[in-house]
Amino acid sequence: MEIQLNGNAYPLDKECNIDDFLSKLSIDKTKVAIELNKSVVPKDKYSVTKLAHKDVVEIVTFIGGG
Amino acid sequence: MSDIFKIGERTFHSRLIVGTGKYKDLQETADAVEASGADIVTVAVRRVNITDTKEPLLMDFIDPKKITYLPNTAGCFNSEDALRTLRLAKESGGWNLVKLEVLGDEKTLYPNMRETLVAAEVLVKEGFEVMVYCSDDPIACKQLEEIGVAAIMPLGSLIGSGQGIPNKLNIEIIKKQSKVPVIVDAGIGTASDAAIAMELGCDGVLVNSAIAKANNPILMATSMKNAVIAGRQSYLSGRMDKINIASPSSPVKGKIN
Repeated sequence: MEIQLNGNAYPLDKECNIDDFLSKLSIDKTKVAIELNKSVVPKDKYSVTKLAHKDVVEIVTFIGGG
Repeated sequence: MSDIFKIGERTFHSRLIVGTGKYKDLQETADAVEASGADIVTVAVRRVNITDTKEPLLMDFIDPKKITYLPNTAGCFNSEDALRTLRLAKESGGWNLVKLEVLGDEKTLYPNMRETLVAAEVLVKEGFEVMVYCSDDPIACKQLEEIGVAAIMPLGSLIGSGQGIPNKLNIEIIKKQSKVPVIVDAGIGTASDAAIAMELGCDGVLVNSAIAKANNPILMATSMKNAVIAGRQSYLSGRMDKINIASPSSPVKGKIN
């Protein structure tokens, strides 16, 4: 299966939840926010939210800005 | 005398808010923020670099538990993108204090006030405390206040231009009519610009480029801190009246001759 991750195609060999996905990417979940198909996913729902084929995922963080 | 800076339900000591963009690196950003004495920093919301997730993040250098992060919507040209960005920001940090800016044009980065008003209304209904980058138009500012925003942030001049505050009269009108804090956002080029904003009675100043693009950003951060304090104290002191003739400072009585 394949998802859209931050604007690019990203292959996923099996279905996984957001918690697992962040671990796989070595991303600290306290430092990011996630949007799944244009809806914000609350942090407490990461373990029960599964990623599916063709899902559109955005992972964002804070960077320097004015 | 106590002079607390209140935005919504929060109180702050420093009236200088600094942006965290355009610095050489994250260490310089953190050093400048510290030198500025700011309690609030603006930050942008952007995609994580998936190819290098070990890359240091702003949060590793500036602790959001110590300094209030004010997420912005820089780069958003419509209300929908701005709302998406701030909903993500809220989830990321749990903050509901945000800076809304909806731009109208890439060349001037002037705010699109129609879209700004639409987004501000939705955000206020969703429980955000919204600080709004806006034009220095007293009517638009009044409309924002009626919507219930937490602070009005008119531009002094174009973002990143360093042109100061060419239209002081408008800023003064906006400050006089507003019950919520008025913060000059954009255009500050040097310390005297920040002091002028404060002398006009503004509640605060937001500075980014003037610090980041100075030859010595850390020294300029200190200078901005002092300018904001000086301008505020000057405003609170109540300046002398201007007169058109000289008035000697030394007494005339008792002069030898």
